[in-house]
Amino acid sequence: MIEQLRQTCRRLLEDGRVQVVIGYGQSVPGRPAIPVFIRRPEDADLLVWNDRCFTNLTAYLKRPEVRALGRPAVVVKGCDERAVVVLEKESQLIPEDVHMIGMVCAGMDDPPAAKCAACDAHVPRHADEVIGEAPNPAPEPPGPAQRYAELAAFMELPQAERMAYWMGELARCVKCYACRQVCPLCYCERCIVAKNRPTVIDTSATLAGNFAWAITRAFHLAGRCAGCDECTRACPAGIDLRLLNQSLARVAEESFGYRAGTDPQAEPVIGAYALLDQESFIR
Amino acid sequence: MSMADQPFEPKIVAFVCNWCTYLGADLAGTNRLEYPANVRIIRLPCTGWIDFNLIIKAFETGADAVLVSGCHPGDCHYTAGNYHARRRWMFFRPLLDTLGIDLNRIHFAWISAAEGRKFQQTVTEITEATRRLGPYMNYRKIVEASA
Repeated sequence: MIEQLRQTCRRLLEDGRVQVVIGYGQSVPGRPAIPVFIRRPEDADLLVWNDRCFTNLTAYLKRPEVRALGRPAVVVKGCDERAVVVLEKESQLIPEDVHMIGMVCAGMDDPPAAKCAACDAHVPRHADEVIGEAPNPAPEPPGPAQRYAELAAFMELPQAERMAYWMGELARCVKCYACRQVCPLCYCERCIVAKNRPTVIDTSATLAGNFAWAITRAFHLAGRCAGCDECTRACPAGIDLRLLNQSLARVAEESFGYRAGTDPQAEPVIGAYALLDQESFIR
Repeated sequence: MSMADQPFEPKIVAFVCNWCTYLGADLAGTNRLEYPANVRIIRLPCTGWIDFNLIIKAFETGADAVLVSGCHPGDCHYTAGNYHARRRWMFFRPLLDTLGIDLNRIHFAWISAAEGRKFQQTVTEITEATRRLGPYMNYRKIVEASA
């Protein structure tokens, strides 16, 4: 697979179809692969593909300095490409802007990361080309019960214990905003936490401010989060932001049959409405 | 009498839209319908405008319960603001639930300009329910830890 990936990279650059290939490069063994930006065909050998390729490289598509390099090709896994589908839906990209090299992925890390255990996109569905053999026979795709298993277990706790859990977790947040920086879908040029007239969210890392930030970050991704879990992986305090993302993804799936980034034709659930939206909580 | 001896009076923040619920509250007033003074009404253009951060901000500043109220479906002055708001709340409540925030303290209602009585009843019910729940100690702990 690595050789095929490198050949593809060489071909795309030689043909001038892209000016840069965003892929994974070797880091210290055992550590996550580092992003590399290949601009010359002879550098294609820097690309690697292994079970440490966690990073969702599509996050770089929003960066002006990356956009300045020219048309990119980006190496994606089945989970990563969902972010590109959402970006296209939100008019942040047009499909011609980016070339997606999809990698068939058996799951990252050993044992597999939490998201990989419930993965139903081992083979990318929307990439321009796919490298690797689809598993044969195809594994049984996991259903919603597996996707939201951790959340369901967490929600078994009484409300006061859930609050106590988050008070403990969010007390460690230092507001580094790594969760925002790695997110391919946090692309506002000016984040709401950077706005101070009026100050919406306490900018210092107080517990109240951390709650407000956690709520804001998650809710701004409501019905949009592609579930790559990069926010959780990037968090230096080890806060399980995945639970918050999942609670919103579950509403989208259960109430609207919508999973962000899986179907380019589906109408987004936020920014849209239906006259017959069913709810039981309004008096 | 010290503060501690006084009965608990909940603070309730009502975010209401300019076109329906605010006028409903106004009607309650002109009809001399009495409702608890615990509610602080904040008038905004439309429920579709009501940012979820305002709800969080209300709790941060000591609210014990929040009411969000606007025009009935089909009555929005801006055609669809309340539909957008409704959909947003459908996502917002489960998120708060995951965080362990008490959903019994966040109320949503449709109250039209003709429903002074409904405004009175809603506010009275919420005040009584919140009085039973007591002060929102969990959120106050968060705020106190932030001082």
